[in-house]
Amino acid sequence: MSDTKTSIAPLKQKIDGEGLFRRGVLVFLTLYLILVLALPLAMMVFKSVQDHDGNVIGLQNYIEYFSTPSLFQSIFNSIYISSITTTITVVLAFIFAYGLHRSCIPFKGVFRALAMTPLLVPSLLSGISLIYLFGRQGVLTPLLFGNSIYGPIGIIVASVFFTFPYAFIILSTALSLADQRLYETAISLRASRWKIFWTVTLPGARYGLISAIFVVFIATFTDFGVPKTIGGNFNVLPVDIYKQVIGQQNFEMGAVVSTLLLLPAVLAFLVDQMARKNQVANLSANSVPYEPRKNRRFDAAMLIYCSLISSFVILIIITSQLAALIKFWPYNLSLSLDNYDFDRFAGGGWQSFKNSLQLAVYTSVIGTGFIFIGAYIVEKTKDAKLLREMFQFLAMLPMAIPGMVLGLSYIFFFNHPANPMSFLYGTMAILVISTLTHYYTVAHLTMTTAIKQLDPEFESVSMSLGQPSHKVVRLVTLPICLPTILDVFFYIFVRAMTTVSVVVFLYSSDTSLASIAMLNMGDLGDNAPAAAMGMMIFYVNVAARLFNGVISSSLRKRTQAWRTR
Amino acid sequence: MPSARYLSISNITKSFGGFTALQNLNLDIGRGEFVCFLGPSGCGKTTLLRIIAGLEIQTAGSIEQDNEDISLRPPSKRDFGIVFQSYALFPNLSIRRNVAYGIESRQVSRQETNARVDELLKLVNLADQVDKYPAQLSGGQQQRVALARALAPSPGLLLLDEPLSALDASVRHQLRHEIRSLQNRLGVTTIMVTHDQEEALTMADRIVVMNHGTIEQVGTPHEIYANPVTPFVAQSIGHMNLIECTASGPGKLQLNEAVLIHSADAAPVSGLALAAIRPEDILILKDKKKTENRVDGTVTTIEFRGQSYRLSVAVADMNDVELTVDISAQNKRDMSLEEGDKIGLKLPAESLHVFDGQE
Repeated sequence: MSDTKTSIAPLKQKIDGEGLFRRGVLVFLTLYLILVLALPLAMMVFKSVQDHDGNVIGLQNYIEYFSTPSLFQSIFNSIYISSITTTITVVLAFIFAYGLHRSCIPFKGVFRALAMTPLLVPSLLSGISLIYLFGRQGVLTPLLFGNSIYGPIGIIVASVFFTFPYAFIILSTALSLADQRLYETAISLRASRWKIFWTVTLPGARYGLISAIFVVFIATFTDFGVPKTIGGNFNVLPVDIYKQVIGQQNFEMGAVVSTLLLLPAVLAFLVDQMARKNQVANLSANSVPYEPRKNRRFDAAMLIYCSLISSFVILIIITSQLAALIKFWPYNLSLSLDNYDFDRFAGGGWQSFKNSLQLAVYTSVIGTGFIFIGAYIVEKTKDAKLLREMFQFLAMLPMAIPGMVLGLSYIFFFNHPANPMSFLYGTMAILVISTLTHYYTVAHLTMTTAIKQLDPEFESVSMSLGQPSHKVVRLVTLPICLPTILDVFFYIFVRAMTTVSVVVFLYSSDTSLASIAMLNMGDLGDNAPAAAMGMMIFYVNVAARLFNGVISSSLRKRTQAWRTR
Repeated sequence: MPSARYLSISNITKSFGGFTALQNLNLDIGRGEFVCFLGPSGCGKTTLLRIIAGLEIQTAGSIEQDNEDISLRPPSKRDFGIVFQSYALFPNLSIRRNVAYGIESRQVSRQETNARVDELLKLVNLADQVDKYPAQLSGGQQQRVALARALAPSPGLLLLDEPLSALDASVRHQLRHEIRSLQNRLGVTTIMVTHDQEEALTMADRIVVMNHGTIEQVGTPHEIYANPVTPFVAQSIGHMNLIECTASGPGKLQLNEAVLIHSADAAPVSGLALAAIRPEDILILKDKKKTENRVDGTVTTIEFRGQSYRLSVAVADMNDVELTVDISAQNKRDMSLEEGDKIGLKLPAESLHVFDGQE
């Protein structure tokens, strides 16, 4: 039995036209991701060991960086801010998610929607609202007892606001997976509510907690909009990159800081990946879903808590809306639409808003197609294992790359005179490419999860019936995945409307965006029109979300009749 | 093997990395035959089915179907229909569209397709469900839709991958008969993978018993039951007592004082041996007479099984080996047996199977 093992070459099925086509698409997608992700990043890291004239000087730039206290102080500042934000956000979001899943409070849908609202605005909008609330002429400034909102306090509060939904989504999923039988067993063993929390609830959500901690940490650590708006003189790494590149045109030092920003993000990404893998093993098909029971005191406490958190979200949005409408805070409180007359201010005016819409539409249309094809082929192809693994890795990588780092590496790569694609630099196309790349991972994961839920034998059945494989895609896979395809479409749309960090180095005067206009107006002290621009983004995103809900539910009624029994 | 050879599997080997899932298998299947691949999970039966379908590709070896070499053809170029354990019905298509999936085309008119679908659904007794969706049907109904869909293009070969294992016991029994009588009527060559011995015994023309990627025995259900060629086969169909002993000459076995005479062919004449006997073949002796192949022991448990009783007897003559003995309810009443009784057992020479005990 042992003789014939390795000597014979394994047989191979003849690859037909379809197989060849699939492989061709996979090669194309992989090469594309190498081109827009791997090569620019490599180029950036390489840039960090060069001098101005392009000579390789080893770690000289790093030595210079670490011997300049004003520079490397930012590392500690970034870690400080991110740690505190992470602690606050995860605790607040955990209790909020716990309230929604484990109590019988009313208005759960409203609370959920409000918890997700920060996703609909650029991160810097909360900074602007905080300036109106706690700034030098803020309404609530006395509450700070002489402390300044410009600096760590402001950054932390604003960061908690914009990272809250990330933690909430992850913890909400983790808490929704509870098995009723575990709780019934615990009660039958006469465990107290407190003991059940520590022995059943918390262990059940532990991977979600780890995941939430890392996601919030990375998001805060790499965010640029908030510290730029409200950070004052408190320097953090992303702001340093901006200052080095835009302020001092010191690209090499920008590359050094970017590399330093990249390291912890990649590390956190790896830990998060491991945590996610374990969470899957936690699920079993025959679990009985948890049903909360009424408990007056607990429900009342949770209702108060969820209302408080939601009020804070509403406060930030309302403040921004009022700031946009009030003529001249605090001297002329009459309402007007003057601040929406963006052409009077710097930052590109209404054109930048139109550009944002354009970017969002292009990215979501192209991106959804791209992501479906990539996810489908990588999930449904059986051969070409190495190629698939390479593609899968490249698709996961963007999650670990901070937006600013990606943007900066695009400067180095696409602006290089020897690059035949340098004509893309400064166009709408490069904004579409960078935005899609930056948000690729989450969309890809959502899509592959949906495709994985399909019976793997659909294709086998179709083949056995002698049908071409595009038929099963057209008649079965696409219709079943349509709700997910819509979710991915609107996810990309909303993110493209709000992104700042990934495009801040890449826009030109013709392609300025709404979020960039906000940034630049805020920079010049025009906070009111910046708030107005932020609200424009908010309106569009709310409309997009509502639209998503409407088509999803009408689709469900029309084409998903099979889902109901 | 009845009639002409339809499917011929030669020297099929399949390895995944260092693991050998199938080892040099050879098997011929006749036209119109119903064959079951029987074995525990991981024995390679499903892998073999998938290789026949072209969903997996063998590492070495060849397959001929209807005198054509199909070894390297992709599934869509082979002639078979398949039913999976999960049914794999398209959930967003109606029953009609599911069954029509493999036969609708531009060359065939809508009426013709519909007529064929109606005919097939009638065949599986689901004519009235044609406009429903799969989720609206019971498990057994879904399985019959999957069957109709697989049969729609009139394939030469029907492959069933554990088609009944996801169903309730009563539905399973009923579907066994339905599938078998449908197969008889259509005369389609059929291969079914199962780990359920009863299913294989009641449905198959021939059973292929598999273990660890090899074929242990091929034969009619009766052959497999009456003349198992390996201890594994003996144990995988029905109950079998296995007794480790020593061969002490032609037709002779020994364990402690007990000497057993047997008439098995190809039995070892010396060294370790494994004697096997079915519970229903063992006779109970109430007298004390010393006769050939008699052993004595004590009844340890009596288990009521409806029309029969199953006794466990610890045989003192043979190192207290526990033997299982089946007797009819009538017999048990006549003998008024109780737990703890001392009884004699006769292991008739012609009922003993003997295997080499070295393996």
